[in-house]
Amino acid sequence: MTVLDETPGAATSAPVPAHRRRKPLGTRAYKVFRVAALVLVVLFLLAPLAWMLLASLKTNVDIYDTGKALLFSPTMENYANVLQRNNYFVFIFNSFWVAFVSTALSIVLGVPAAYAMSRFTMHRSALVVLMARVIPGVSLLVPWYYVFSNLRMVGKFEVLILSHMFVALPLIVYIMMSYFDSLPLELEESAQVDGLTPIGAFRRITLPLSVAGMATAGILSFIFSWNNFMFALVLSGAKTKTLPVAIFDFVSYASIDWGGLMAAATVVTIPIMIIALFTQKYIVSGLTAGATKG
Amino acid sequence: MSVMTPPRSAARPGRASGPREKFSDWANAHRKWLFAAPAMLFVGILIVFPLAWTLYLSLTDSQGSVRAATEFIGFQNYIDVLTDTERFWPAVGRTLAFTGVALAFEVVLGMGIALLLWRPFRGEKWVRVAILLPLVATPVAVGMMWRLIFDPNIGFANQLLGMVGIPAQPWLSGQDTALGTTIFMDIWQWTPMVVLILLAGLTSLSDEPDEAARVDGANAFQRFFYITLPLMMPTVIVAILLRGIDALKTFDILYATKGKGGGSFHEVETLNVYAYGLSFDYNQYGVSSAVLILFFMIIIGTMWLLTMRKKAVTK
Repeated sequence: MTVLDETPGAATSAPVPAHRRRKPLGTRAYKVFRVAALVLVVLFLLAPLAWMLLASLKTNVDIYDTGKALLFSPTMENYANVLQRNNYFVFIFNSFWVAFVSTALSIVLGVPAAYAMSRFTMHRSALVVLMARVIPGVSLLVPWYYVFSNLRMVGKFEVLILSHMFVALPLIVYIMMSYFDSLPLELEESAQVDGLTPIGAFRRITLPLSVAGMATAGILSFIFSWNNFMFALVLSGAKTKTLPVAIFDFVSYASIDWGGLMAAATVVTIPIMIIALFTQKYIVSGLTAGATKG
Repeated sequence: MSVMTPPRSAARPGRASGPREKFSDWANAHRKWLFAAPAMLFVGILIVFPLAWTLYLSLTDSQGSVRAATEFIGFQNYIDVLTDTERFWPAVGRTLAFTGVALAFEVVLGMGIALLLWRPFRGEKWVRVAILLPLVATPVAVGMMWRLIFDPNIGFANQLLGMVGIPAQPWLSGQDTALGTTIFMDIWQWTPMVVLILLAGLTSLSDEPDEAARVDGANAFQRFFYITLPLMMPTVIVAILLRGIDALKTFDILYATKGKGGGSFHEVETLNVYAYGLSFDYNQYGVSSAVLILFFMIIIGTMWLLTMRKKAVTK
């Protein structure tokens, strides 16, 4: 089908077989338009990121010189400043640790729950978990802050990880539910005929078959946690600060260290973009999970 | 399922029924709740209970230290908030304007881009990467990036306008232009999300109605408006639903670009930013809880309306 659609353009002057007559007029004009439009889209999406990257390689003097927008002598000074003098390695570790642990715990809690909700069609329970996607984070932050500061736990990793699980767990349940829904029941049933208990069938048949689904859910949950800002803003301390909060060190009322700020912004986004490039397929399937169901 | 059970229980009595087997039987019989319970417990403790507490706080005069005593004052906070035309209602207006305008652009642009990507072409891979990158970028970093680009003096945006002869704009620092500029940022970052959802929808469409219309001589516009769009409506509404919830709750880029209170004139203060400020800059827990409950109701209301709409178009 798709092959047929693409070929006619190459041979428009040749006698047109019946099945090609469906091609609308102006195909060539559309092709030109399509290429132009796609180039514009790509420019619109990538240019700002490129600008950030370029600015991170400039001295502040060059950033203020609009004549040196593209031509300048690159410097790694800003990165040295971010990584060494501002201890960004600590914040990178903090971000990684919080994202990793909250994702791992959410998978442990979320995957069996999603399985039960999918197999036993527990719609009401599923709704409660999915409500978490709707609730504004601040409305939970107030009571959390109340409780955790009374327990003198604000600023500890445990609290930060728990708060990030609020985002991760519903996400994982949501993605895994639609994954289990699409997994045929027959496999488990025949495993049970062969003598496995229902839990055994889940462990030895369903779980290994769900690795792709768990990867999808895990990667997305990791990204969301890495990007999360509000919870860390309230619940992290000097030692547990994550990258999105640490960026603000470069902004003060008096002035902004633009070079440092852009280097910091790049350091925050680059790891997640690299992960995204390698796991593109999973991210797309996760973000669109359940979107096309009736 | 029930068909499976007899052979297993028939095999059981033959074996020694020690405590392990007993536990295994019990676990298998109750696996539905055993599997769901840990997650449900987590949700109960970390989400349902705090939400109930927020509801309670909204009926008290809680403020200042979290350890201070509070008094029950009924619906006073709600009355105060709902009669507050200085901060609350403008914040409601900005929240709805931000969400409405951003979504309108994102859905129209998203549909356009999804249609461009629908049929395979050479270099598709690169376009897909370009679409993915804004989507996964850390919103706070994105906010900082736009802050430089929209800087009135050194930003690229004004340089670009200068090239085509348009006078420099204040962008984020203008009282009237700040909200629009943040909407632009939202469009940049989240149109790709809408593209991905709509593209998934387009790919799952059957080719037949489109082909039939083509045979009947319908042109591309007619086919889109009379065939593709109606078939895509449920997916469009899902995209609006998913994106709308997040747009209503936007916080990161607003805080990153305008700081506390949505700027010195509250020019980008949405409900989420307002509630955050009340809670953690002014420690007005009672009032902020009332704002949050109202905010929550707005979100639920919007979702309900959209779900109703989706049911209507699916039929």
